[in-house]
Formats: sequence, structure tokens, C-alpha cells
Amino acid sequence: MINAIIEVFPVLMKGINITITVFILSTIFSYLFAFIAGLCRVSNNKLVRAGTSVYVEIFRGTSLIVQLFWLYYAIPMLFDVGIDNRLMAGVLAISLNYGAYMSEIVRGSILAVDKGQTEASIALNLSRAQRMRIVIFPQALRMMLPEFGNYLIQILKATSLVSLIGMTDILYHGNILRSTNLSAAPTVYLLLLVFYFIMALPLIFLTRKGEQISKRGVAS
Amino acid sequence: MDINWKWDMFFEAFPYILQGLGVTVGLTFACFLFALVFGFVWVFLRRIKFKPVNWLVTWIMEFIRSTPPLIQLFFIYYAWPMVPGIGVSLSSFEAAILGLGIHFSTYIGEVYRSGIEGVDKGQWEASTALNFSTRQKWTKIILPQAIPPTIPMLGNYLIIMFKEVPLASTIGVVGILALAETYGTDNFRMLEAYTIVALIFLVLSYPSAILINKLEKKMNRRFDKKAALQDSKGAVV
Repeated sequence: MINAIIEVFPVLMKGINITITVFILSTIFSYLFAFIAGLCRVSNNKLVRAGTSVYVEIFRGTSLIVQLFWLYYAIPMLFDVGIDNRLMAGVLAISLNYGAYMSEIVRGSILAVDKGQTEASIALNLSRAQRMRIVIFPQALRMMLPEFGNYLIQILKATSLVSLIGMTDILYHGNILRSTNLSAAPTVYLLLLVFYFIMALPLIFLTRKGEQISKRGVAS
Repeated sequence: MDINWKWDMFFEAFPYILQGLGVTVGLTFACFLFALVFGFVWVFLRRIKFKPVNWLVTWIMEFIRSTPPLIQLFFIYYAWPMVPGIGVSLSSFEAAILGLGIHFSTYIGEVYRSGIEGVDKGQWEASTALNFSTRQKWTKIILPQAIPPTIPMLGNYLIIMFKEVPLASTIGVVGILALAETYGTDNFRMLEAYTIVALIFLVLSYPSAILINKLEKKMNRRFDKKAALQDSKGAVV
């Protein structure tokens, strides 16, 4: 068993760069899409609201693996262009998907901020933008924290899918190892699972921290 | 930029891909059923008071929940038969039920737990006072009150699982995604094939999500009303 681990470990490590790169990029873009879409959904402009909700419903209504295949295989065919950028397709699929899910949290948190806050800031003669930036958004942000932490773990889990479009992440290397030596399969997949769990641990603690922060010093 | 979309391909591929819908939906319900049953196992394991066991169960749940279901599927399908002694070879359909079922049972278990924690403490005390056995307490008093309020949440998980089921195509379950892949590679038309899959998912999951949302609102009103009624009765007495 120990020998098997020593043999398998360095092979999987070859993919760690890709896994971490995909995770970090997807996280950044997921939050970006989430905030943009979330704010658009509470916009005054009807067209902006409708457009964004179409995006959100499409990406929440279909599954991530389908979106990934669609972006990677179908989009280049649709426009007859030869985009062969796996990293872009992978990151874009994950972040469009989770951006859509998290935008609902952004929207929900903004709407959950007490009406009195809006009324008070109107009374204080703040503009609409100032109201959102100074008063509403900071209060909404702390309500988002626990759920945002949970989605961080979901995004990490989703990074394993990029091996399906041929990115050489840790799962890809594991699958190759398994296909050449089937008896190594238990070691390979157990190591992969432990690996993902170790990466998830800081995120689990971060989520708990987020829950504490969002509870601290709030009246209601 | 030319838009390269072929309607004839779309209509040719549609009936072919639709053949896989039964497998996809069947697998979804099979996984869901498995998770519903197995969720109870987690609930009862977590109620064991012995600290080390409790700690272990909590972390096992955390482990299953925070690692990718895709790798769990591969583990059950490829690695499990290789484990000496206890390994069993499973068909891809069985492996998918087990893999996705166990993964989501940890979520379902948490849903149950929230429902059970929502039951008033007085109900426990009253059933003890009425000399109910532990089994009667659970089956007659606690669970009938704990589970109905969680139905909308369980429905949400059904939709979430439906969207995770295409992962099973990676271990050879021939649902709509696998058929689309076959059609796409045979005809060099990935575009229409995958678009059809996306459409099928959207058409099935979007209305279900709306339905669940409505159910949730209805249930909330119902249980709130009940609570309000009880309060008013309490006040009168």
C-alpha cells in the first residue's frame, strides 16, 4: 500500500497546477458574474432585469457538465471558429454556472436588507448609487458570506469536470494511470478524494468563519 | 461570422437522443430514493452520543460532501471491484445509484436533521410522559411532524440530482448525454446534439423548479398558520 502511494502520488502531482489554476480563476469569475448579475437583477431597468434572469435561469436549469461540453464542443462549431482553448472553456463554464447560482444569493441578500435603511438613506439625501454602495451593499455582503463559502466548496468540486474536456488536471493523470494499471485504481481514486478533501478543509473553516462573522453583532 | 446551425440535423438527432430520457429520469429517481433512505442512516448515526463515533460520522459526512461526485463515481465503478476481500463488481447503472445516492444522502440527512430539530421539545416530553417506546416516539410523533415541512427542500434536491445525473455517462450509463455524444461524434455535429440535451434539461427542470417554489410558499403558509393557530389556542387557554 505504501509503495503504491509512493508510486501514484508524483504522477497525480503533475496535474495539481491545472486543478489549482482552474479553481482560482473559476472562483474569481464566479464572484464577478454573481455580483454583476445579482446587481442587474435589482436594477430599475426592466430590460436589464429580464436579460439577466434569462441568463440565470438557463444556467441554473441545465447541468454543468452539459454547459461545459456545449461551450467546448458546440460553440466553436456554431460560429465556425477553431477555439481550442480548454482552460477558457472550463473556467467559463464553471463560473457562468456558479455565477448564476450565486447571483440569486446576491439578489436575495440585497432585498433582505431592511426597508428602513433605504428610507433613511433617502431622507439623508443620498443618491441611488450612494445608497447601494454605502448603505445597502455592505449590509447585504455579510448576509452573503455563509452561502458564498458553501459555493466555494462546490466550485472546488466542479473543477474535477475539466478532465472530461481533456485538461490535464489531477483526475486526468489518475485516469491514465488507472487505464494502464487497473489494480492501482483504489489507490489512485482514494488519493484523489483525500487530495480534494485536503484542499476543501481550509474552505470548510472559511465557511464557518463566514457564518460567525455574518451572525456577529446583528440585531435581528 | 457565419452561424452554422442545421435544423435538419436538429430534427434528426432529437428522437435519437430522446431515447435516453427514460434512463436519465429513471436513474434520477433511483438515486433520489436511495438518498432518501440512506439519509436516515446519517441522521441516526449522528444521534449516537458516544463522542468518538459522533466525531467520526460528522467527518465522514463532511468528506463525502466536499469531494467531487465524479471521482466518487470512478472510485465505486473502477476501484471498488479491485479492493481485496470486500470488493464487488457493479454495473454502471448500479454504481451510479450508489455513488450519486451516497453523495446526496449526506445533504438529505442534513435536511432531515433540520426538520427534526424544528419539532418542538414539548412533543418529545409529551411522548415520554405518555409512555411511548422509542420506536413509537419516532414513527408516531416526531417524524410525521419533522418530515412534511422539509418536502420542498427535498424537491429541490431532486432537481439538483437530476442535473448531476449526466455525470454517470462518464462510467457508461447511456442517458441523454451519452447518446448526444454518440450522435455528435458519429455525425460530426456536436452543436445540435448538445443543444438538444441542454434544451431537454431546461424544459424539465425549469417548470419543476417553479412548481417546487409554489409548493414551498404553500407549505410555509400552511405550517405558519398551524403555528399561529396553536399560539392563539395557547393564549385562550
